[in-house]
Amino acid sequence: MSNHNEKYEALAQVIRDHREQKGALMPVLQAAQNIFGCVPLDVQEIIADGLGVTLSEVYGVATFYSQFSLQPKGEYVCGVCLGTACYVKGSQKVLDKLCSELGVEVGQTTKDGRFTVQATRCLGACGLAPVMMINDEVFGRLTPEDIPDILAKYRAS
Amino acid sequence: MDLFRAHVLVCGGTGCSSSGSAELIKRFEEQIAKNGLDREVKVVRTGCFGLCEAGPVVIVYPEGTFYSRIRPEDVDEIVSEHLLKGRVVQHLVYKEKADEEQHVTLDNIDFYRPQMRLALRNCGVIDPENIDEYIAFDGYKALAKVLTEMTPEQVIDEVLKSGLRGRGGAGFPTGKKWQFAAASKADQKYMVCNADEGDPGAFMDRSVLEGDPHSVLEAMAIGGYAIGASEGYIYVRAEYPIAVKRLEIAINQAREYGLLGKNIFGSGFDFDIFIRLGAGAFVCGEETALMHSIEGGRGEPKPKPPFPAVRGLFDKPTNINNVETLANIPQIILKGSEWFASIGTEKSKGTKVFALGGKINNTGLVEVPMGTPLRDIIYKIGGGIPGGKKFKAVQTGGPSGGCIPADYLDIAIDYDSLTAIGSMMGSGGMIVMDEDNCMVDIARFFLDFTVDESCGKCTPCRIGTRRMLEILERIVEGKGEEGDIEKLEALAENIKATALCGLGQTAPNPVLSTLKYFRDEYEAHIKEKRCPAHHCQKLLNYEITDKCRGCTACARVCPVNAITGKVKEMHHIDRAKCIKCGSCMEKCRFGAIVKN
Repeated sequence: MSNHNEKYEALAQVIRDHREQKGALMPVLQAAQNIFGCVPLDVQEIIADGLGVTLSEVYGVATFYSQFSLQPKGEYVCGVCLGTACYVKGSQKVLDKLCSELGVEVGQTTKDGRFTVQATRCLGACGLAPVMMINDEVFGRLTPEDIPDILAKYRAS
Repeated sequence: MDLFRAHVLVCGGTGCSSSGSAELIKRFEEQIAKNGLDREVKVVRTGCFGLCEAGPVVIVYPEGTFYSRIRPEDVDEIVSEHLLKGRVVQHLVYKEKADEEQHVTLDNIDFYRPQMRLALRNCGVIDPENIDEYIAFDGYKALAKVLTEMTPEQVIDEVLKSGLRGRGGAGFPTGKKWQFAAASKADQKYMVCNADEGDPGAFMDRSVLEGDPHSVLEAMAIGGYAIGASEGYIYVRAEYPIAVKRLEIAINQAREYGLLGKNIFGSGFDFDIFIRLGAGAFVCGEETALMHSIEGGRGEPKPKPPFPAVRGLFDKPTNINNVETLANIPQIILKGSEWFASIGTEKSKGTKVFALGGKINNTGLVEVPMGTPLRDIIYKIGGGIPGGKKFKAVQTGGPSGGCIPADYLDIAIDYDSLTAIGSMMGSGGMIVMDEDNCMVDIARFFLDFTVDESCGKCTPCRIGTRRMLEILERIVEGKGEEGDIEKLEALAENIKATALCGLGQTAPNPVLSTLKYFRDEYEAHIKEKRCPAHHCQKLLNYEITDKCRGCTACARVCPVNAITGKVKEMHHIDRAKCIKCGSCMEKCRFGAIVKN
């Protein structure tokens, strides 16, 4: 529970730090996303009150940008790059394999809450195409056959 | 200052970092210390060298030996052989082709020889986290010259005469932009750097920010002086964590040195820079949308006029330039507009950085003078198409651009030549495609991107691009109808003419250019229900040939039990049951399954 309170305290601090800043809503939402892993409605309400803007404005911004998520994501977020360079080198098949291995569709999280599958925008590592990221770790020059072994590593941890 | 007899440059760009260059640096430092060389040899983490294909890349000076695809276990050998005994480790040196003699240094590699690095001049050369190295390479000299010897009008005039055009996409003359912003009267103006590099497959701006962040800061200060702005904002993608970190370090160092802040060079000019992060919205690369995002709102564009130079960020006159554009500014000031204007073609001056990717041997970043033939970029620098496949097209300009077929390989690349053939420069992404890529599917891919990224404000873009995508999806699934091509063309023309911002106005380009050059592929999909590139799954037929050994692997993997046959006898696929998932072909160890 203390952990829970710490998060809200951290959010309050972020709001205090940015209150006077021009265009504070984006940086505050970004900080909130980092603190909570997502920006659920109660967090949006706190931000709206703290910055003196309407909840509809906060919700409008939070739903506009793909980086903000209203629901919590899995422990491991697997993002397969669907940038052009990766796509022409077959990243769609890598993504399909990942979905079938985990039994979810793109954008969904596995029932145990461990893995979320995403199709990401260009990661800029085009020299390693096709590329996938699991949290901060990058896997390059992938084929669909590589997926089970990579997942096994995370499943075991 | 300590003098070192050798320098080990390790690429710290995103590509090489992804393949483990940070671990290499640690290992080098450990091994160098272990061998007692730490006062003689210095390890430097630089920005991107450009040849990402060969990453992680390590260059050892003074020889300039170019090591490629280095693994942590290779480090010990480089230290004990090269650094300790002075013997180049030949088997780790970059090789252009497996059967060729081995090349040693940067200058004699085909990938680098035709290049001319202006915007990338310091990338892969200096430590981007050390302002002293930037200053040693004439850094902040241009700012000093501007503030102490030139009037704002002279600065604008110099940039105008250089012929520099915006490198972010549209190619508007930079000097003109500065002139407009300078002409606006206001108590506060802003200088904004657009580092929201969203085109898939383009990563030159990221490389400049990662490899040479001070050049952008210096150029923003110069621009700020020219237009009369005291504050600058850099709007950078949150997906670029290394770039963001290095920008933060650079801004702090510049403030410490008094190169940002109050009274710079004692000239009375104040200028400071702040970073704002994007949050994953492609449309924010559009300047009015970008400004809304910095203001903390939804990144939706608005009609122009008023142009940002009149009413922009926080309703004040604002000038927005792209990263690569800015990276050219300090040199234009130092070496003069005549020098810059002597490079390139009549209407496109200087160089352009391209991100080569897709079906090409040397993926990476290349910088060439404007007017370089496309063929040179793809074959001389890029090393051609891997696997003996045939070149089919190169896609430039990202989701706003088009596909260029083999017939135009000899055009000299500049803003106008690319527009003339239905593509555009865009930010410089160049994705090469071979015979296995289906052009209808590529058009579908880009429309999928724009539909997803459309902000939804104007109807042509929100609804029109979705209708186009639906038609394309039908076509690649074998449900195309007579008249689909005409419907696509009509929608495309309407969207181009009526969408609010650049995203919508250019969204139909990938469809129009593939229709222009690869119409036969569309017709094959629609009329014959056939994909000439054998790419579109739904249009393929899988067959088992007599290479089959009857191992039963395919029958076991088939999710719909469409494959039958006895052990050690040839198997068969029931076409009526087959869902064309391709699992059997992937599983077959004998190459007995073909698609046609």
